[in-house]
Amino acid sequence: MPLLEGKGVTRYFGGLAAVQNVDFHVDQGEIVGLIGPNGAGKTTLFNLISGALVPQSGEIRFKGEKITGLKPHVICKKGIARTFQLVRIFPNMSVLENVLMGVLFGKSDGHGMGPALEEAEKWLDFVGLSAVKGLPARSLTLANQKRLEVARALATGPELLLLDELMAGLNPTEVAQAMELVSRIWEQGITVFMVEHVMKAIMGVCNRIMVLHHGEKIAEGTPQEIATSRTVIEVYLGE
Amino acid sequence: MKPGNLNLQRLWGPGLALVILALLVTFPLYASAYGIILVTDILMFVILALSWALFSAPTGYISLAPAAFFGVGIYTSAILGRQLSLPLVVFLGGLISFCLALLVGALTLRLRGIYFAMFTFGLVELIKHFWLWYEIRFTGTRGRFVVVVDQKTIYLIMFTIFVLLLLTTYLIRRSRLGLALRSIGECEEAAAHIGVNVNALKTVTFALSAIFMGAAGSVIATRWTYVDPYIAFNPLYSFMAVLMAIFGGIGNPYGPILGAVIFAYLEEILLTRFPYYYMLIFGTVLIVTVLYLPEGLIGLIMKIRKRLAGGQDALA
Repeated sequence: MPLLEGKGVTRYFGGLAAVQNVDFHVDQGEIVGLIGPNGAGKTTLFNLISGALVPQSGEIRFKGEKITGLKPHVICKKGIARTFQLVRIFPNMSVLENVLMGVLFGKSDGHGMGPALEEAEKWLDFVGLSAVKGLPARSLTLANQKRLEVARALATGPELLLLDELMAGLNPTEVAQAMELVSRIWEQGITVFMVEHVMKAIMGVCNRIMVLHHGEKIAEGTPQEIATSRTVIEVYLGE
Repeated sequence: MKPGNLNLQRLWGPGLALVILALLVTFPLYASAYGIILVTDILMFVILALSWALFSAPTGYISLAPAAFFGVGIYTSAILGRQLSLPLVVFLGGLISFCLALLVGALTLRLRGIYFAMFTFGLVELIKHFWLWYEIRFTGTRGRFVVVVDQKTIYLIMFTIFVLLLLTTYLIRRSRLGLALRSIGECEEAAAHIGVNVNALKTVTFALSAIFMGAAGSVIATRWTYVDPYIAFNPLYSFMAVLMAIFGGIGNPYGPILGAVIFAYLEEILLTRFPYYYMLIFGTVLIVTVLYLPEGLIGLIMKIRKRLAGGQDALA
């Protein structure tokens, strides 16, 4: 049984099919990439998985359990965490408080303040932000704000982490660091499903890649298969 | 920063608060009748401003509904005041306001920004006109007389509501709920995605704040002796609560208290001494606050304290 499975997932915005009849699955322990041109429906698919949007038809299952129609906070507690394409941190809270929020609210079982703080510090250390834990989150650089968002998502104790363009807007050094971070997250036993435009990153870390175009899945396979697929090249470069 | 310095600073705030509370408890023993009435009025505005801030300050949802819950409290008193004892009436006023706010909140807290503000403003008008229609249609008169209670009792009940509100504010700010409410104000979508049940939390907190507004209305009605829907559901009370809180500063619970005390006192002075300039001066104070003190009086005080503390806090 796959960790995450979608069947015939469809979402329209007005008359436009943002995601149309998409089947997908993510197995335990994989790093799966989701690519496609702008407007292909990648973020919409993430929004459907995380509960920000409800599909008009089709269903999504997590560990065999149907999660379509559940609210985002419920889906989070079931073990799916996400980051956002445009960072959505709590700007006026401290870096530590941002992560603490994840520990305190993201799990189905309660947490005392003491252990919660300890765990928050652990995740800050994991992403390398311990030195700035007292600063307001808004004062961090973009790369660090993205790390903070990852730490906050990890603090909710996910089994599946959805990363929406973690590398967008980062310089080459930061991209390399972010790739290394993704590998370390995976080493923690957390399954990763990531939307990415930075090809080097996605080819480097993913086991499997799905390609969306105009809301439909047009290809799926290993990085080598995708890199050499005629359909994919046509979509990206034109015929 | 030296540890001794830190302890003194920490004790200063609560110490001052305790002294003020002690003075307020014993106030009816030595104050004049006018003094008691004045302070009751000030406490009423403090309750309105602080309970407004309880929900609206951290979440950023601007509610213009205080007058609705305040009015519900007033009418609870007008209808049940003769049959039941005042503490019970006040309790019921708070409870009914809570239930109404729970219902309204569940229906409307999906609305964001200006839409929520507009709806809550509309709520006051809706209840006012519905009630006016009801009174004329079914009781045949527009207004009602409210049972009269002595001023000291009114004062003590108002003070009790204030203390309970203070306690509630403190407990929420200290708890994880306070953190969650702030996260809603900072980025609601992110809060929902890390496990905060945003709709439930908003609704419950909104309803919790309405308890105190309703309770305050129930007490003060006994002093007004006559009420009608225009008096009870006067949107001015919503605006006053918001303005007082913003004037004082909403980053800290002392802000709304300070704002309400100064505003309410100022209103009294201006109304009695300069009745013709009252609104003019009032408006000027407001404009100056919004333009030059975006964080309110409390923001100004913090800034001055920081400057006085000098460079030693600069890196903290």
